[in-house]
Amino acid sequence: MAPTKRVMFAGVGGQGILLASRVLAEGLIRAGVDVKSTEVHGMAQRGGSVVTQVCFGERVYSPLVGPGAIDILVSLEKLEALRYVHFLKRNGTLLVNRREIPSLPVLTGAVTYPRDIEERLASFPVSLCVIDADREAERLGNPRVMNVVLLGALVRLAGLAGLVDWKEVVAEAVRPQYREVNLRALDAGMHLV
Amino acid sequence: MQQKMILSGNEGVARGAWEAGVGLGIGYPGTPSTEIVETLAKLEGPLVAWAVNEKVALEQAYGACVTGMRGLVTMKHVGLNVAADPLFTIAYMGVNGGLVIAVADDPSMHSSQNEQDNRWYALHAKVPMLEPVSSQECRDYTRLAFELSERHDVPFLLRLVTRVSHSRGLVEIDTAAGYRRTSRRYERNVPKFVVLPAHARARRLVLEKNLANLLSDPEARGVNKMEITSSEVGIITSGASYNYVKEAFGHRYSVLKMGLVYPLDGEIIREFAGRVQRVFVVEELDPYLETHVRALGVTCEGKKYISPFFELNPQAVATSLVSAGLEPLERPDPAAVEPVAGIPARPPILCAGCPHRAFFYLARREKVMVVGDIGCYTLGAMPPLDGIDVSACMGGGFSIALGISTNLPEGEKVFGVLGDSTFYHSGITGAVDAVFNRRPIVPVVLDNRSTAMTGHQENPGTGRTLDGEPTVMQDPERIFRAVGFDRVLVAGAYDLEGIRNAIREAKAARDRVAIIVKAPCRLLKDARRGPAREIVTHDCTKCKNCLRLGCPALSLKEGGYVAIDTHACAGCGLCEQVCRHRAVRVKEKGGTA
Repeated sequence: MAPTKRVMFAGVGGQGILLASRVLAEGLIRAGVDVKSTEVHGMAQRGGSVVTQVCFGERVYSPLVGPGAIDILVSLEKLEALRYVHFLKRNGTLLVNRREIPSLPVLTGAVTYPRDIEERLASFPVSLCVIDADREAERLGNPRVMNVVLLGALVRLAGLAGLVDWKEVVAEAVRPQYREVNLRALDAGMHLV
Repeated sequence: MQQKMILSGNEGVARGAWEAGVGLGIGYPGTPSTEIVETLAKLEGPLVAWAVNEKVALEQAYGACVTGMRGLVTMKHVGLNVAADPLFTIAYMGVNGGLVIAVADDPSMHSSQNEQDNRWYALHAKVPMLEPVSSQECRDYTRLAFELSERHDVPFLLRLVTRVSHSRGLVEIDTAAGYRRTSRRYERNVPKFVVLPAHARARRLVLEKNLANLLSDPEARGVNKMEITSSEVGIITSGASYNYVKEAFGHRYSVLKMGLVYPLDGEIIREFAGRVQRVFVVEELDPYLETHVRALGVTCEGKKYISPFFELNPQAVATSLVSAGLEPLERPDPAAVEPVAGIPARPPILCAGCPHRAFFYLARREKVMVVGDIGCYTLGAMPPLDGIDVSACMGGGFSIALGISTNLPEGEKVFGVLGDSTFYHSGITGAVDAVFNRRPIVPVVLDNRSTAMTGHQENPGTGRTLDGEPTVMQDPERIFRAVGFDRVLVAGAYDLEGIRNAIREAKAARDRVAIIVKAPCRLLKDARRGPAREIVTHDCTKCKNCLRLGCPALSLKEGGYVAIDTHACAGCGLCEQVCRHRAVRVKEKGGTA
């Protein structure tokens, strides 16, 4: 029996984490595997740190796992990568968007945003991949598709690209007027890694 | 035709209720329960509504069920405290149409003020409780709960937790099944439905008989499942904890999954214990099952190893039980990355342009004591706004202030602050009491015309019902006047001077004064944004006064200057008003400062 794979998304409320993890889950379902995912809503979304998990395999019981059990962590923001890196297994994969969003204590000058995040992430026993998904999304003409750029990169990194037609899955998950740009974002993400 | 769909637990509950022909679905929004009612509202057939609070929701659903309709009530865990009064008595009275109360606990308090374990309510109120572990069971158990409710004349509780409500998984549904409203005949039955003491004494005995009958019903017992795979170790568990146990140990040990957590089937517990050498109980929060298993005379271990607070997960369960000698499928790797210490926190904050910001900014500067309430505006307590002294529960914003006012130095006043939805939920009673008992509090309603924190549900002040139909739009100002306030000072949420004057006037007043701070939530679809602002660095004296607004669009840059992220700026203009050096101005098109 193939072991369960676990993906975690981390980021800041409003970055589009829920959509990215739902599209991933939908694609996996179409591929015929068992999927469970978990999200936190409410208070956690008002500009706070947000995480979701998607677990898939032959038989998945728990949508939630604790530290040390995630195969791939996708962080839409650098500081959040540092905050949740300990959820990764040894030699797990860390996909990070090169984006810095200052949190409140940083905005008010109480603390400074760490300058050495990428160096610190590189020192951990994980396989690190940093991309600039925001720049890519802007290049495509819509900064909001940053999440789908990362989804594309994730699909490639996780070896899921051939599993289903991800274009079809993405196309059905977004509004018609944004279909085109999201498909280009998915493709761009796949070619970034 | 059977089809697999990916549904959240909440969507599963709504689907199950719809398939059961529910007539009325009603609740009060509260994370993580909100989407049950929202999902049901999208399905054709049932009446669906938001009630003003959880007690009103339960009583309405009960009324519907007395007349033969099936009723679904939803709320978060603390909502059951509000609805507890009818709950305890409805248990005696029993039902006609089925009644199911879906209540969602929030272990770890992701969006809550406590992590009470609502399984005790079932025991305490003598209301049967089912606990699903997956979206599929959410759908199945909801349907079953309606059947059992009618068959045994008892209301049913359905206990959810965040990791069931907000988890998504595959659900097999019958796509050919349509909606058919279930209906039973109503017959006047005073001894059953009017709980005079003499009737209640009789119903008390009926309730015991109903619970005993339920426990001998094979369909009810069928949700408790034994998985015997080992004679060495057996684990008794329920709800989300079952998922964690299976993920951690697979089929290595025997498992008894309790789907019916009240009343507990002692027979199956004893039988299970007899088939294994060592019994463990794995459950989130309180030792509810463990206490009962022990009371049956079964030796077991549970909270000796498993944390009694916060959410569990498979790794936490595995690590805890390794110390008891159990062997998980995957040993947690002690050499994996350690949590990184000392990184900047990212707490939730009021949005850029939030209409709640100005009041809290000024309350702090005017040095008034503030009692807050539950909603987005609780975030007014966070630094740098630091604008709330006490906050406990829905409606407490006014009522706790009443008590504080009895112990303040002569001439000082305490302000009680709550939002519009909270005002209708349970705030009005505190305002009435302030007048009745002549307490000199200043009640303040931050009226953003929405139930914002839970995702912008309609409330009595929005002028629309859940289905978008127009209705009477309540007005807090008229309500304050009606209950006896002499003056109601209304200020715009972005008018700093107006709010400051209102606070000062209310503080000095000798008559009864209430304050309303008004502007729609900036996240509402039709909310207008003002022009973005920018800071002219040349004029900025680095006083950082604007940073005290705690606005996510403002940040300190190198050199000590403040800059505005014009994409994030909602154009509320508060920073322009607090800047004493006129360094903030409306951003010129295409220009840079």
